[in-house]
Amino acid sequence: MKRFVYINDDESSQELYCDNRISNRKYTVLNFLPKNLWEQFSRFMNQYFLLIACLQLWSLITPVNPASTWGPLIFIFAVSASKEAWDDYNRYLSDKKANEKHIWVVRQGIRKHIQAQDIHVGNIVWLRENDEVPCDLVLIGTSDTQGLCYVETAALDGETDLKTRVIPSACMGMDFELLHKIKGVIECPNPDKDIRRFDANLRLFPPFIDNDLCPLTIKNTLLQSCYLRNTEWACGVAVYTGNETKLGMSRGIPEPKLTAMDAMIDKLTGAIFVFQIVVVMVLGIAGNVWKDTEARKQWYVLYPIEGPWYELLVIPLRFELLCSIMIPISIKVSLDLVKSLYAKFIDWDSEMIDQDTGIPSHATNTAISEDLGQVEYILTDKTGTLTENRMIFRRCCISGIFYGNESGDALKDVKLLNAVAGSSPDVVRFLTVMAICNTVIPIKSKTGAILYKAQSQDEDALVNAAARLHMVYVNKNANILEIRFNGSVIQYEVLETLEFTSDRKRMSVVVKDCQNGKIVLLSKGADEAILPYAYAGQQTRALVEAVEQYAQLGLRTLCLAWRELKEDEYQEWSLMFKEASSTLVDREWRIAEVCQRLEHDFEVLGVTAIEDRLQDGVPETIETLRKAGINFWMLTGDKQNTAIQIALSCNFISPEPKGQLLLIDGKTEGEVCRSLERVLLTMRITSSEPKDVAFVVDGWALEIALKHYRKAFTELAILSRTAICCRVTPSQKAQLVELLKSCDYRTLAIGDGGNDVRMIQQADIGVGISGREGLQAARAADYSIGKFRFLKRLILVHGRYSYNRTAFLSQYSFYKSLVICFIQIFFSFISGVSGTSLFNSVSLMAYNVFYTSVPVLVSVLDKDLSEGTVMQHPQILVYCQAGRLLNPSTFAGWFGRSLFHLIVAAGMGPVLALKYFRYTYRPSKINALQQAERMGGPILSLGNIEPQPRLMEKEVSPLSITQPKNRNPVYEPLLSDSPNSTRRSFGSGAPFDFFQSQSRLSSSYSRNCKDN
Amino acid sequence: MSSNTPSSSAGGVGSADAAAPRRNSKRPKYSKFTQQELPACKPILTPRWVISAFLLVSIVFIPIGVVSLFASRDVVEIIDRYETACVPQNFSNDKVSFIQSAVDKTCNRTLTVKKLMKQPIYVYYQLDNFYQNHRRYVKSRSDSQLKDNSSWNDVSSCKPEDMSNDQPIVPCGLIAWSLFNDTYNFSLNNQQLAVNKKDISWKSDRDKKFGKDVFPKNFQNGTLIGGNRLDPSVPLSEQEDLIVWMRTAALPTFRKLYGKIERDLQPNEVIQVTLLNNYNTYSFNGKKKLVLSTTSWLGGKNDFLGIAYLTVGGLCFFLALSFTVVYLVKPRQLGDPSYLSWNRNPAGH
Repeated sequence: MKRFVYINDDESSQELYCDNRISNRKYTVLNFLPKNLWEQFSRFMNQYFLLIACLQLWSLITPVNPASTWGPLIFIFAVSASKEAWDDYNRYLSDKKANEKHIWVVRQGIRKHIQAQDIHVGNIVWLRENDEVPCDLVLIGTSDTQGLCYVETAALDGETDLKTRVIPSACMGMDFELLHKIKGVIECPNPDKDIRRFDANLRLFPPFIDNDLCPLTIKNTLLQSCYLRNTEWACGVAVYTGNETKLGMSRGIPEPKLTAMDAMIDKLTGAIFVFQIVVVMVLGIAGNVWKDTEARKQWYVLYPIEGPWYELLVIPLRFELLCSIMIPISIKVSLDLVKSLYAKFIDWDSEMIDQDTGIPSHATNTAISEDLGQVEYILTDKTGTLTENRMIFRRCCISGIFYGNESGDALKDVKLLNAVAGSSPDVVRFLTVMAICNTVIPIKSKTGAILYKAQSQDEDALVNAAARLHMVYVNKNANILEIRFNGSVIQYEVLETLEFTSDRKRMSVVVKDCQNGKIVLLSKGADEAILPYAYAGQQTRALVEAVEQYAQLGLRTLCLAWRELKEDEYQEWSLMFKEASSTLVDREWRIAEVCQRLEHDFEVLGVTAIEDRLQDGVPETIETLRKAGINFWMLTGDKQNTAIQIALSCNFISPEPKGQLLLIDGKTEGEVCRSLERVLLTMRITSSEPKDVAFVVDGWALEIALKHYRKAFTELAILSRTAICCRVTPSQKAQLVELLKSCDYRTLAIGDGGNDVRMIQQADIGVGISGREGLQAARAADYSIGKFRFLKRLILVHGRYSYNRTAFLSQYSFYKSLVICFIQIFFSFISGVSGTSLFNSVSLMAYNVFYTSVPVLVSVLDKDLSEGTVMQHPQILVYCQAGRLLNPSTFAGWFGRSLFHLIVAAGMGPVLALKYFRYTYRPSKINALQQAERMGGPILSLGNIEPQPRLMEKEVSPLSITQPKNRNPVYEPLLSDSPNSTRRSFGSGAPFDFFQSQSRLSSSYSRNCKDN
Repeated sequence: MSSNTPSSSAGGVGSADAAAPRRNSKRPKYSKFTQQELPACKPILTPRWVISAFLLVSIVFIPIGVVSLFASRDVVEIIDRYETACVPQNFSNDKVSFIQSAVDKTCNRTLTVKKLMKQPIYVYYQLDNFYQNHRRYVKSRSDSQLKDNSSWNDVSSCKPEDMSNDQPIVPCGLIAWSLFNDTYNFSLNNQQLAVNKKDISWKSDRDKKFGKDVFPKNFQNGTLIGGNRLDPSVPLSEQEDLIVWMRTAALPTFRKLYGKIERDLQPNEVIQVTLLNNYNTYSFNGKKKLVLSTTSWLGGKNDFLGIAYLTVGGLCFFLALSFTVVYLVKPRQLGDPSYLSWNRNPAGH
């Protein structure tokens, strides 16, 4: 479907499309109550409580005053409803502010000041500098003579750099007056939420320009909520308005994530419900029998001989009401409350403030803190996540000569400086590509220094390095670039920009040298995207070597290439490109195809190497979390060697002989299949050896593996604790998360850039690093942190405590309800099974709310172990990870405790004794650490512990690799608790063909051997 | 799919621009609460603590137990079960028809005082297997009617004993209707032994729950007579038997105060009791007992509390002792990281 926007036509499109009234509101005044109630009652628990409350209105069966249920129920509903209402009211206020903003719009050829909400599709909107864009516009005029303007898109995608927007060629050169009268039609797709694409066409009506179709891209648009910067004025045609803008469409409430713990609590609630039904049935039957045999003899109760038809139901229903408190009404409120406090603790944590920027960590999603303590897999991006994403140009290789190898900094290499001073042609061409083959915008500051606004850190590094080597990119004036080299100014005209996409892995510009009129194609890109397209005779060997060598050092490499184009070749191609650019369907793919036709027969000039330093504390963080039983996968768009080097330098994988790296590669299905089989076989064999085995796979092989050998790859994923996936696309990252999730693992994805957003949203927990690539990832994530090393604290401290606290709180909530319920049940046996409540309504309510629900909230400050101890013994996380503090068996413990406390109210003595015995002679790990913590210093001191890790790692990690996930119980530990038992079970060597079944066996065996 | 999905809280266009500066200013202030550093203690069950805690408990509990057991033993009780003995021989096979018949229900019992009983001696009647806590029964009363004359016709909660002859009953409900109606007369050496029936109910009940201006009306006028009748000229606040009865018992076996004998009874004195065995417990095989009891500072005769204290104290003492022995025989280092499974050397096993 397409939409046709008639420019400046006041009549035609008024009715067709909505006006520019923005509405983020969920409710209106009228529908608030029904809609909100409907939403709240779509939850099972609320339905249950409502049913109970309604039954209580029937005085024949209610054991207590209905107010004791209605009160809390109404209170809970009122709290969540007023929270919703408050949020909605704030949304309304901000909408109103945006809607009533005054905007200059052309009406009947005259510029008028109207409210933003009255803008219609087709209106021409005028903006001044620093104005916010009120709706999605197609740019048609700016103050700039070249038709450029700059926008800040931070509100849209979180990127803080300025972006250039340009008016379509058809509108070029129109003056002020003409813009008021312009008529035409814009053919654009129906509203969607893709802020990277806008595939449309513009056709101006005569008398303005001939009837030529002019393609429009996202570069010709001003999107809602962006700010106009560095441009005096701009005007554009409204194409999408109101809630149909790109921003409006992409808004939306993300699916709420459910933690493993919530699922478990739901399950337990279900179990309690079943138990309740059983109790009710038993008591109901007993009550009816007692009534018919005994109660008739009790003359003082005056039972009528013949009751109403529903007589048989009365007693069971009474017991249902009496037992309804088994499912505590307070649990949801308490949990919501403490969860939001967990999130606040993360926000407040002064140890997780990024010292460089002063940005504290932030929990956007307040509901999933417990899941942090149950993470089993961390999928991490490399650039900007493990590394600082502060690119520094370090080395280069120009036509076979290596620069910067001695000093480690090419900018200080005398050889290179001499070559630059001598204007060696190879070097000059190399520097030219460095300086202008990019989308960087130079901005002159008031002091005269030139600042570069770059979207990519690599380009920024290259341009800055070129500037240091006296090839200064001075100015960009529309299509004319100015370069100053050794005092002389060279001008280039940019003819086309072939933009970077993650599929093509290279970008190119076509420029015309203004001095001699030569047309040149300049390219830079990944080695495999450039080197295969070198012209036939070129010796690329030195370059390949250079790439290898740099990658070994963990540097990011880019190949720079160049080709002179003939005039007619360019013209011919230019037509094709133009056509491809104006297609509406599959434009990206078409463009890529056309680009391919130009990008060949390169003369490869050289290789640049850019260093991206590791962030502080990355190796330690990875080691600690690895010890905690968390598996790491690295997903990066970078190339294999670089990825492996980074992985080595940050403890991700161990070097030979301790570690072993298995490669999955291949270009065809068969190759990938064989490679996969081989790796799988090695993996199975080495699983019994103390070795760190990791596999490496690249994007291409991954795609084939996921498509055709999903089962084998899944098995591999289960076997492997470490994996490096390089050259992967954003959607592949998301696919890998999906794969691990489908194996029932708790996944955490961490990343910093737009390419990680999908993975972050897909994972159980998304963590964004608010880094240099903008806030995009941080915005989409559940948690945003400043540095990778905070992850350790986030998981081990906040995640673990949250898990422990929720485990206690939820089970306690059930426990206290069960205690009072059991008392009622037992009382019913001595009150003639008639359903008398032992407690009056007020006491019952006070017990539920004031005595038991409120005081126990203090447990939100509970710490079973100090933070330091947890950090030193991260293995203790296994308790949370395996869900050992909240599962059916611990719940049964609480259940038994409530029964026991009923029977022996003062029975603390025996409990204490039991506890003491367990504590002293069979302590759990937490207890042991608590004792150690209390006993103080020497045992815990690092000196004593230090020799252990090496051993531990040897023993634990390789063995636990082999712990495949048992799918059913959530509380199954990933990391074996007692390695010796695992070892033994492996020793009982079943043939490897039956690995699956054998490992199941072993995991269940180790479960039996678990000491707690 | 678009890579841009603003968080749901980002709100509208208007609020988006405030996002960036707000984050910086939100730098949290340091406090012990926000950093989760509030002082705390977590008791660790070390041998010393556990053994001394158990010892302490036993040292405190055992004397308390002994003292309360002695107090309970000091109480003298005479219990006489009479419901079977008071049925004449010819009715022994059909007690229900006896109780429902118009036969003279007078019955004589003899009680012998075993030990000196100091005044005041409380006279109770004890019923067994009587479910005053039955739901149907316990709800069948109207507190507003009992308290206030103006709401005399508020009998909605009293079903099925709410109306009689189309008139509201005061006091209404099953509880009042089934008021206990056995009476006891005591004589010692052929002399009447006075039983004081004043102040046998709770003062708060007399003052707050039963009105001074509420008089029984239309009570026990129906076809089915339940228990005792009430004197229509005496206000409810002075009908103390009713007040005692209407404070329903929680358990099916209960005692209710009948009166007080305000003189000492010497050992071997013989008390003659003339009782009217009116109340029907036969249809549900309930027992009726007459109880004379003195009190101590701990209340009536109740060995349970003393025994419970002694049991718990003794158990704690035993545990403390055995823990000490176990600790001495097989001590174990606490908090040794080598017990952590990941620190254990699997080769050693």
